[in-house]
Amino acid sequence: MKICVLVKEVPDAAVQKRIDPSTGRMDRNGEKNLNPYDTHAIEAAMQIREGGAVEVDEIVAVTMGPSTAIRALHKAVSLGADRSVHLSDDALAGSDVAATGYALAQTLKRESPDLVLLGQQSDDGECYTIGAVVADHLQMPSLTQVIQMDVEAGPPTQLRCERQAEYGYDTVQVELPAVISVGDAINEPRYPSLKAIMGAKKKPLDALAIGDVDIAADRVGESGSKVICGDFKAPPAKSAGEIIEDEDTNETVEKIVAWLDERKLI
Amino acid sequence: MADILVYALHYEGAFNKNSLGAVSEGARLAAEAGGECHAVVVGGSDLTDELCATLGRYGAAKVFRAEAPEGLAQPVIDVMAKVMDDNGHRYALFGGGLLGFEIGAGLAARLNAGVTMEVTGVNVVGGELQAERPILGDSSISTSKYKDRGIIIGRLNAFEIRGDGAGDAVVESVQVELSPWSTRAKMVQRGEQRGADVDIEGADILVAGGRGLGKAEGFELCDELAKAFGGNAAVAATRAVVDAGWYPYAAQIGQTGKTVSPKLYLAAGISGAIQHKVGMQSSENIVAINKDANAPIFEFSDLGIVGDLNKILPKLAEAVKAKKGS
Repeated sequence: MKICVLVKEVPDAAVQKRIDPSTGRMDRNGEKNLNPYDTHAIEAAMQIREGGAVEVDEIVAVTMGPSTAIRALHKAVSLGADRSVHLSDDALAGSDVAATGYALAQTLKRESPDLVLLGQQSDDGECYTIGAVVADHLQMPSLTQVIQMDVEAGPPTQLRCERQAEYGYDTVQVELPAVISVGDAINEPRYPSLKAIMGAKKKPLDALAIGDVDIAADRVGESGSKVICGDFKAPPAKSAGEIIEDEDTNETVEKIVAWLDERKLI
Repeated sequence: MADILVYALHYEGAFNKNSLGAVSEGARLAAEAGGECHAVVVGGSDLTDELCATLGRYGAAKVFRAEAPEGLAQPVIDVMAKVMDDNGHRYALFGGGLLGFEIGAGLAARLNAGVTMEVTGVNVVGGELQAERPILGDSSISTSKYKDRGIIIGRLNAFEIRGDGAGDAVVESVQVELSPWSTRAKMVQRGEQRGADVDIEGADILVAGGRGLGKAEGFELCDELAKAFGGNAAVAATRAVVDAGWYPYAAQIGQTGKTVSPKLYLAAGISGAIQHKVGMQSSENIVAINKDANAPIFEFSDLGIVGDLNKILPKLAEAVKAKKGS
């Protein structure tokens, strides 16, 4: 079977994230990391391959983004993907979550995957949602925020998935092909070997534009997006709390107790 | 017309609180925009006429009821897409929770609509809805406007429940043929509780632990401190450590866990991700201990201590015990 893993480049946690006031879009300077949740998705693909319940022919990392997004693909390949696909086109700039999901789905159709995996969220934007958008376009069953996944060879090949939902833990049986987003509790991603890091740039990489995957230009980008975002404003100010740097722990504890006592909390 | 369709999740004979908040909010918005608020419910035979009609108390004029598997998003997408197409609803609204994200996003794909998630406020401007969403770690608020149909997914607890509606809602059963892919996911077990049963919702003081505790045994420090406070104090946990098996599910705070507002919330080794924050931000007093001075939790705590919790918690437990004894 073929597994596609959707990956995304996100701002480094140490970089201050901001909106460019002139465009209303995220200022994507300073981005350089593979979204940490996506490393769990790649690891999940590797564990299916190594688990032996099904034969995995290929693991393909797929991303959409500007030229710098290639770094996320290299990282994904160093973690185990066999090759990668990079959708990049000026017409995609400013796409909202629905347009992005449509563009990714069109790109995935070219690969005909049996399983699409992705991280359940990224710190910089569209939490939890992209998998569900992609799944509806691909007409595949879908589950998000999965923390345990076991393959049953079948036929039909199925995944037994667990996740936390509104009322406790749910166990759901999903028939392939399917789109699954995973949480960070699903596994502990491995570290890439030096050899894998060095070799990542040599693995095949398809660079695609929207015409290559039959994406309608009027359904993507700012003009093809159905949401207009703007009017950025500051949230209501919350008075900053008091901060104590712990140098002398006895003294710190005394201060905490006094603070609690003042508020009649002890 | 700007009619609004609200998804009402239910489980074991009761509607979800976030759904009831969304119905209340939908009714308020529809009244202001000159439309009606309708609810949609999907499930089995336990969705009786009587139960569905109670949504009228929260402001739903009509309830569309469809029989389909429950607890999964895709059957609901099929139902809502059909109801919205047949009845011309312009907006769909969801209360906070996992299913709302999945249904709302899938529905946006199906209807080629605009979607906004993590919404904390909705306004009517010129007869149209505009959604406010905090972004970039809640440091800024962005406003979404919709070119055509709009799908609005609330953040947990964003919408207040108001039970001041006119009375019973009209209940209309709808027949919807499910998409083939919607039937290829099946619920095996729903709502399983794991680990010990802990009551954190009634506690006045909560000592909550996160990944910063380092290991499951780290919770002993939290237990000791809660014990020192005595009386109505309990220990709570973040999703990350519950999923890792360090502490029981019943003690989980946040997006998929419980929402609490104790007199004192003491967070140990918790970074303060949005998904956690939504479950505890209405606590009266928030004290955070974290070794990372840049942890987001310091931005919404009343007292923040930058330091090693392994050194601070045991001494704090001792000092609290001594203070109580004095």
